[in-house]
Amino acid sequence: MSLCGLLAAHMLLMWQAELPTEVPKQNPYTSAAEVQHGKRLFAANCAVCHAPDGTGGRGANLARPRLQRAPDDHALFLVIRQGVPGTEMPPGWWVLNEHEIWQVAAYVRSLGRVAQESVAGNARAGGDLFRTLGCPGCHQTGAVGGRMGPPLTDIGSRRGAAYLRAKVLEPASSLPEEFLQVQIVTRDGRRITGIRLNEDNYSIQVRDLSDQLLSFWKEELTSIERQPGRSPMPSYRERLSDRELDDLVAYLVSLQSD
Amino acid sequence: MKTLLGLMIAGILAQAQVTYERIRHAEREPGNWLTYSGTYSSHRYSRLDQINVQNVSKLRPLWVYQFNALDKAESTPLVVDGVMYVTESPSNVTALDTRTGRAMWSFRREVPKDVRVCCGQVNRGVAILDDQVFVGTVDAHVIALDAKTGSVRWDVTVADYKTGHAITAAPLALKDKIVVGMAGGEFGVRGFLDAYDAKTGKQAWRFWTVPVKGEPGSETWSGESWKNGSAATWITGSYDPDLNVIYWGTGNPGPDWNGDVRSGDNLYSDCLIALDADTGKLKWYFQFTPHDVWDIDATEIPVLVDGIFREQPRKLVLFANRNAFYYVLDRQTGQFLHAKPYAKQTWATQLDDRGRPIPAPGAQPTETGVTVYPHSAGGTNWYSPSYSPKTNLFYVAARESGAVVYKGEAEYRPGAEYDGGGLRNIPGEPGTGAIRALEPMSGELRWEYPLFSPPWAGMLSTAGGLVFGGCDEGYLFALDAATGKPLWRFQTGGKIISSPISYSTDGRQRVAIAAGHAIYVFGLEE
Repeated sequence: MSLCGLLAAHMLLMWQAELPTEVPKQNPYTSAAEVQHGKRLFAANCAVCHAPDGTGGRGANLARPRLQRAPDDHALFLVIRQGVPGTEMPPGWWVLNEHEIWQVAAYVRSLGRVAQESVAGNARAGGDLFRTLGCPGCHQTGAVGGRMGPPLTDIGSRRGAAYLRAKVLEPASSLPEEFLQVQIVTRDGRRITGIRLNEDNYSIQVRDLSDQLLSFWKEELTSIERQPGRSPMPSYRERLSDRELDDLVAYLVSLQSD
Repeated sequence: MKTLLGLMIAGILAQAQVTYERIRHAEREPGNWLTYSGTYSSHRYSRLDQINVQNVSKLRPLWVYQFNALDKAESTPLVVDGVMYVTESPSNVTALDTRTGRAMWSFRREVPKDVRVCCGQVNRGVAILDDQVFVGTVDAHVIALDAKTGSVRWDVTVADYKTGHAITAAPLALKDKIVVGMAGGEFGVRGFLDAYDAKTGKQAWRFWTVPVKGEPGSETWSGESWKNGSAATWITGSYDPDLNVIYWGTGNPGPDWNGDVRSGDNLYSDCLIALDADTGKLKWYFQFTPHDVWDIDATEIPVLVDGIFREQPRKLVLFANRNAFYYVLDRQTGQFLHAKPYAKQTWATQLDDRGRPIPAPGAQPTETGVTVYPHSAGGTNWYSPSYSPKTNLFYVAARESGAVVYKGEAEYRPGAEYDGGGLRNIPGEPGTGAIRALEPMSGELRWEYPLFSPPWAGMLSTAGGLVFGGCDEGYLFALDAATGKPLWRFQTGGKIISSPISYSTDGRQRVAIAAGHAIYVFGLEE
């Protein structure tokens, strides 16, 4: 939440705050006025990823009665304040003070009391389609699947239906911050396309389209083309009927971590 | 023979005392590193030249000391006659033998669990004077340690940590005093700079960086806002012994991103202040960023240089500010002489002929966010620049990044964050960096060495014709100081968030830097 554009890793390291001594078990700020203020803060800081009504986008759908990472107020406070390590959810403490975090939490809880997002489509049929289309070639679900695309094991917990639908139709419409396709050419003429794993002044590490982990000194390369906004995933706009698309999205939404 | 031996012992003992005169003339003993920035003028320049442009490619690590702490290692070590004094998170001190890297004593002190530090429980180093080592703590104490044993000589509470006061900067020892800056600018503290008697710990003076109502400067704060005006002093300043003046940078006004509650210029936030070293009285100030709403503290290193500015010999202070401008000021009067951006900035349209910025329309934080350059982390930050008298160049590790800045609630509660907003990175713009060599009088770029990401590591220049710097990806590197050509690098395996030093062991030059959670020491192959 907050700062949906990612704070870079160095920022996270530079600015780690100590926790307040005691975080109450229950939200002490839940009046209508607090919720309203929380809504304003949410709009400014969180809506970029979670949508103004909290139904999710790049961020999780929060308009549900039970939040997987925040089963109680105490946990919700910590998620907002500290972020979720290993995900795109950065810590909010740099932007929000404790009172404001509680106000945002109050607003988020109010979202869970509205009608839940209903997804048309048949998840079981969507699952069959997922396999028929060859999606597991690139995407991991549970113990199986390829490595080129992001794992989808719990994608339904992390992304809203509208976002997932848009991604199937237009894969490059929103790529994860850390995802960058690169094309590099070596001094001996090899041309390699892959996903950048790491980079610094002197070297670059990639996973190529056949899942090889490769590393190069930049002096061994003649060019590095960064291709932001490019994705190896094809669009399924022309390949799926409306009903199939509904089914596929229903399947993806059903992929929950619990 | 007995007399000779006695003289030798006396000589060793005398050598072990780090007198004020030794620090004042620190450039005469380049084998040591006696004060945070190397000398009082803060050039972070070493006169050692054994490691040089010709042989730096053979530089290799000689030893590594691992810290017993996982917070960021921002320490600049001091080196005195074969002993390195280095601080570890949160506020511990270890004395290391510079030949072996083995610890000789450690001072470890529990700090309360509820200390409030905006940016990590860090410490940037000690000061040394006579036979005592001085360290500030994250719970806002300053402590004098016996330099031979690490035992506590005195321990003074500077302020209440529960209201967000902390000490992270290395103190500055001069004459018979220890000058101590404080942190807490994100907690609405009222800033100050303190001096303590080195022998007793008795407070010698305090300069409040936010004047009390009625005092000169208080008219630059609306209402009661001065009470939580911040203007912390969290990086070590410089000193001119001839003028007897301390030069110290001050931090952002509080709250950081919401200026509505503190109309006015908000003196002495974002200033360079010049204080009489004996009394702490203000001689002059220069405010870089009046009414800052971007959290661009002026807590950088003032670099004191005597030079010819527009054909006039002048005593100058050079200052690469977090607001992305490089400044040249007269350090006797505080007169603004020149400024030039050294990194991308959009917050000011220009500076007038007195150095006052004209704020850019539309760059003020709003509730929905506004894109501005530089990022609140600045065009540079607290880490050190360097000035080389050999090349007559000023070296700064520049950060090229912007941010989306927000205005938010600004209600002061003691000990709570008092930010009044915040920021996020610009999506798809991770930022870059560069080592930039500036002509010191004009700020004109002479050369630059690009960095993959915005750096958090400072610079060291040497008589060997080198500049050393570091990067977020863990490389310590050496460049040709005249051209910027890369000559050597070493992957330390940890982010570098500190500034390098140089000294010698048994007459052989060393380079040291904190990286990751360790101190690395380098020398030529032996």
